[in-house]
Amino acid sequence: MKKIFTYFFLVLISLYILVPLYVLLATTFKPLQEIGISDMWKLPKDWSLSGFIKAFQKLGPNLKNSFYLTIPATIISAFIGSINGYVFSKVKFKYANLIFAIILFGMFIPYQSILFPLIRFLQSIKLYGTISGLILVHVVYGIPITTLIFRNYYSEVPNELVEASYMDGAGFFKTYTKVLFPISIPAFVVVIIWQFTNIWNEFLFAVTVTSSPDKQPVTVALVNLAGSQVVEWNVQMAGALLTALPTLVVYVLLGKYFIRGLLAGSVKG
Amino acid sequence: MRKKNLVIGISVVAPSIIAIAIFVYGFITWTLRVSFSNWNSFSALLKGEYKFVGLRNYIRLFQDTRFQTDLWNTLFFTLFFLFGTIALGIVMAILVDKGLKGSRLFQNLFLFPMAISFVVTGTVWSWIFAPGNLPNNPQGLNLLFQKLGLDNLMWGWYTSTDSLGHFNLALIPVIIAAVWQLSGYTMAMYLAGLRGIPNDIIEAAKVDGASEWKIFWRVKMPLLTPITLSALIILGHISLKIFDLVFAMTGSGPNFVTDVPAIYMFELTFRSNRYAMGSAIAIIMLLFVAIVIVPYLFSSMRGEKR
Repeated sequence: MKKIFTYFFLVLISLYILVPLYVLLATTFKPLQEIGISDMWKLPKDWSLSGFIKAFQKLGPNLKNSFYLTIPATIISAFIGSINGYVFSKVKFKYANLIFAIILFGMFIPYQSILFPLIRFLQSIKLYGTISGLILVHVVYGIPITTLIFRNYYSEVPNELVEASYMDGAGFFKTYTKVLFPISIPAFVVVIIWQFTNIWNEFLFAVTVTSSPDKQPVTVALVNLAGSQVVEWNVQMAGALLTALPTLVVYVLLGKYFIRGLLAGSVKG
Repeated sequence: MRKKNLVIGISVVAPSIIAIAIFVYGFITWTLRVSFSNWNSFSALLKGEYKFVGLRNYIRLFQDTRFQTDLWNTLFFTLFFLFGTIALGIVMAILVDKGLKGSRLFQNLFLFPMAISFVVTGTVWSWIFAPGNLPNNPQGLNLLFQKLGLDNLMWGWYTSTDSLGHFNLALIPVIIAAVWQLSGYTMAMYLAGLRGIPNDIIEAAKVDGASEWKIFWRVKMPLLTPITLSALIILGHISLKIFDLVFAMTGSGPNFVTDVPAIYMFELTFRSNRYAMGSAIAIIMLLFVAIVIVPYLFSSMRGEKR
């Protein structure tokens, strides 16, 4: 009896979670003649890829921009985080904790509070409106979270291991490449998934740092597509699906690591 | 050796520290300076003459009815969003934690919205709640209600200008979408907490004859207080900054019923070149977030030292 109750509520909540997914998929695969107002909740009679193809034609270049932005930014910030994490966990220096807290604050600020100067700065170094500019932005503002995840991860590594390596005459960098880096794969996976998802999904920087439509990441293009007064709802929903797909694939394949990143984001590792 | 490593270590993190010093603290100072200036047109910015006007932009903001609406909206959005997300997150965690067959599947399902962009969430939910009061406009729930003969439930949703006191009811659909996105995250936090509770404590309570209900409220919940606190702070600061979801789902709405400070800031700065006013909003948002986050950061750093 208790079991039935549990399942009942699990299914009830699942319905709430699934409704948007249903609308998204049902509308994406409808042909143009079935997207009339009265058909919204119905499944497609004729499954069609026409909306999907049209959305891909419109958003294709922006998807490419998003990949060009997300992949380098993710990789660079993972390496920066890793080396920073090494220092903040294994090299004891004065005020390290205070400095770390000051860095961490950077991941909570509303980015509105740095946006205007940031854009003036990017304009002055001629990176405004470029993908490289966006990469720079995401790498810099990714420093707090990537450093945090690696710092927490390396804190679990016994100090003796690092000390022993120093005793053997290995220097600072050699200890990193021989002792810490080889055991860092799980932390790298967490950071890479976290940064990939966040940068891919990000909107505020994307919409303010880029101006020309051919440079915009896919999130901006999707909002513009939905904002245009077109009635091709199947194209809009297909666009939303396309935008969500890369991070969804990552979540389905590597969900376990995604959750670790999420929990690290609440500071206490 | 030790000293050498210290020098190398510090020089390795120095670029990051400098970058944060400039991009976070330097830029905040710059924004603060702009917020005290007369840079409220493009020509003023071009001339570049800095004229200090004190708190004038802030005073104007607080007298501005749109900004007042934004503050009320933020307050009510935050309250209901926090309540909804935490309540649903706890329920999800309890149900999943029972470990019945298929729990894993439900857990993964509940968490998947976290992997999706707020922009996608907004686009899809705006369609579900679409009131259909414009020609060629889609209808979502209204259509469903009409077909089910529940015509009196049909409503303007996020285009409605109804309100209860200062609470704009048009925020309800936005809150539902935000809860949809973040309750799974809250569940994950509680699950991590629940799984960290030593089994013998639960066993001891069972031996004492406590009911499952009582064990939950008297034993588990008090142990989960730190998690609730973290959740309140993390979700609260997200709510104070909320931008993408509202922007993609409703925009500021008729009479600004769904407007929030971040949207007003965006429009002032990037649509009407009133940089000083936009910066003032940004600084106010920063203050709100700092009030929530700074004590949290310090307490969790102190907790670590133990």
